[in-house]
Amino acid sequence: MTLLVVAEHDNHNLKASVRHVLTAAQALGGEIHVLVAGCGCEAVAEAARALPGVACVRWAEDASLGDGGAENLALLVTRIAREYSHVLAAASAFGKNWAPRAAAQLDVAQISDIVRVDAPDTFTRPIYAGSVWATYRSTDPVKVITVRPTAFDAAPGEGAPAPLERLDAEPGSGLSSRKDLSLSPSERPELESARVVVSGGRGLGSGERFKALLEPLADKLNAALGASRAAVDSGYVPNDYQVGQTGKVVAPDLYIAVGISGAIQHLAGMKSSRVIVAINKDPDAPIFSVADYGLVGDLNEIVPQLTAAL
Amino acid sequence: MKILVPVKRVLDYNIKARPKADGTGVELAGLKMSMNPFDEIAMEAALRLKEAGQATEIVAVSCGPAANQETLRTALALGADRAVLVQCEGELEPLAVAKLLRAVTLREQPGLVLCGKQAIDDDANQTGQMLSALMGWAQATFASRIELQGASEALVTREIDGGLETLSIRLPAVITTDLRLNEPRYATLPNIMKAKKKPLDTLTPADLGVDTAPHLKLVQVFEPPQRQGGIRVSDVAELVGKLKNEAKVI
Ligand SMILES: Cc1cc2nc3c(=O)[nH]c(=O)nc-3n(C[C@H](O)[C@H](O)[C@H](O)COP(=O)(O)OP(=O)(O)OC[C@H]3O[C@@H](n4cnc5c(N)ncnc54)[C@H](O)[C@@H]3O)c2cc1C
Ligand SMILES: Nc1ncnc2c1ncn2[C@@H]1O[C@H](COP(=O)(O)O)[C@@H](O)[C@H]1O
Repeated sequence: MTLLVVAEHDNHNLKASVRHVLTAAQALGGEIHVLVAGCGCEAVAEAARALPGVACVRWAEDASLGDGGAENLALLVTRIAREYSHVLAAASAFGKNWAPRAAAQLDVAQISDIVRVDAPDTFTRPIYAGSVWATYRSTDPVKVITVRPTAFDAAPGEGAPAPLERLDAEPGSGLSSRKDLSLSPSERPELESARVVVSGGRGLGSGERFKALLEPLADKLNAALGASRAAVDSGYVPNDYQVGQTGKVVAPDLYIAVGISGAIQHLAGMKSSRVIVAINKDPDAPIFSVADYGLVGDLNEIVPQLTAAL
Repeated sequence: MKILVPVKRVLDYNIKARPKADGTGVELAGLKMSMNPFDEIAMEAALRLKEAGQATEIVAVSCGPAANQETLRTALALGADRAVLVQCEGELEPLAVAKLLRAVTLREQPGLVLCGKQAIDDDANQTGQMLSALMGWAQATFASRIELQGASEALVTREIDGGLETLSIRLPAVITTDLRLNEPRYATLPNIMKAKKKPLDTLTPADLGVDTAPHLKLVQVFEPPQRQGGIRVSDVAELVGKLKNEAKVI
């Protein structure tokens, strides 16, 4: 059995998620290859060679692969996928974009967002905003899987440098091209991998108060900032702060929910955190049902006190 | 330009799903079903394009049992011109839906297919991408802004992990909607009445020549490990003490 892990990167650095996907791949067993596809991404291919337990890095370098567009990447993956029993990637905006496309081209099911490997052909994934989990057995020759990174530890350490193999890219499809990329600048740890996350909801009342109250707290804790959908929809913070069923899934050591009611769609994205703190003025808010430590009161008073006490 | 909007009938988002006692599926009997919220957003996007004179006809399509007619009537009440039900029983995987939608797309020849990014029951986030692949079309997933540039190009802003990305895509294409694209309207009573008279055609997978056999076997549906609720602390000092000495996370 040989497995292919498709690495996410920005042509300069590997995303941390690849090590979590590797752990899922190791749970399946078999030889692991990593695909690095991009443009000007030699450093990424080099870094991938040092990942633990990798037998081969396949490196495709072409202008048509530079912006990570789904159409061209899916064509490349489809071409080589039949050499593998499994194709795996992180269940990120990137993986979710191309993996179903490759699966359809291979005429196989795609299995999204797995949280458990039960057997090489059997996987468990949350459905219905995580209220329910479902275990599926696949009958396909190639299993195209996206992995929820928070459900698998990062594979630690370095391996002996794996051999590097060049792959030709497919001719670019010309179906789509990137016109603009605007990334929210941040000095903070990445939301998905931060050890501490401070998240704000509608209770913050405005973008100004979100910033004035939560940034100093996050600074003290070296935390990433997250938010509920309501906070994003109201324009307090950018879209990529959203934690939940249809946003990001996080599982930090400490998650502090401030002015968030705890709708099931929000809980879906954070209830695997190790320790959860909730600050809310409503003693009946559902967020308290998952919080290890609940503090009932006005966030406008509590948050500055907490920041000062740290 | 004609726009095709695939709509799924799902358990209403306000209801917490529970597994059936025998683990063979999720309990749906007697519970409120609604149009998938992302599909409401897709319908709204299509309606706005039509209102702006950039689309001429909106066709809503749903795959599933006869009860999906209800969801299609909702789409018609919102403003779709016509509806197509691909009637079939049993679980449909995203790949099967994508194949059915491909067959409908080949019949209807839309300039654009607007899907939701994710159905809130299976949380698969696959069907639009799969349809786009099967058509050999461009795709733009997780759209928060759509701007048609004539009939052959669209600019689409996508919500991605680090922020926003804007793509130029060639049309026809599949676009999947994210939450910030718009705020869907409600159907008015007169429009609900009018919708009863709008055309709703029914097809079967056999009519379309599509095999919907599943590729995955559902082994079991179950409740995940539950988190124990913790304690209430009375003030910030107690909270900080607990975080330091009990949880040891700061
Ligand atoms: C299809 C779909 C997908 C969704 N996806 C997501 C998702 O991915 N992530 C997500 O988060 N949501 C998602 N939602 C939305 C979700 O259902 C809730 O609407 C949302 O999470 C509510 O956000 P909130 O808790 O900030 O706001 P609210 O529910 O309005 O809660 C605000 C809270 O702040 C408290 N509060 C107010 N003032 C103060 C104060 N001064 N001090 C202390 N507390 C205060 C209130 O008591 C209240 O509990 C989705 C919904 C749908 C339909
Ligand atoms: N049975 C269905 N009938 C019509 N459209 C569907 C169906 N299933 C999925 N879709 C469409 O595909 C989108 C994504 O669904 P999914 O891939 O299941 O998460 C939905 O938002 C719908 O637009």
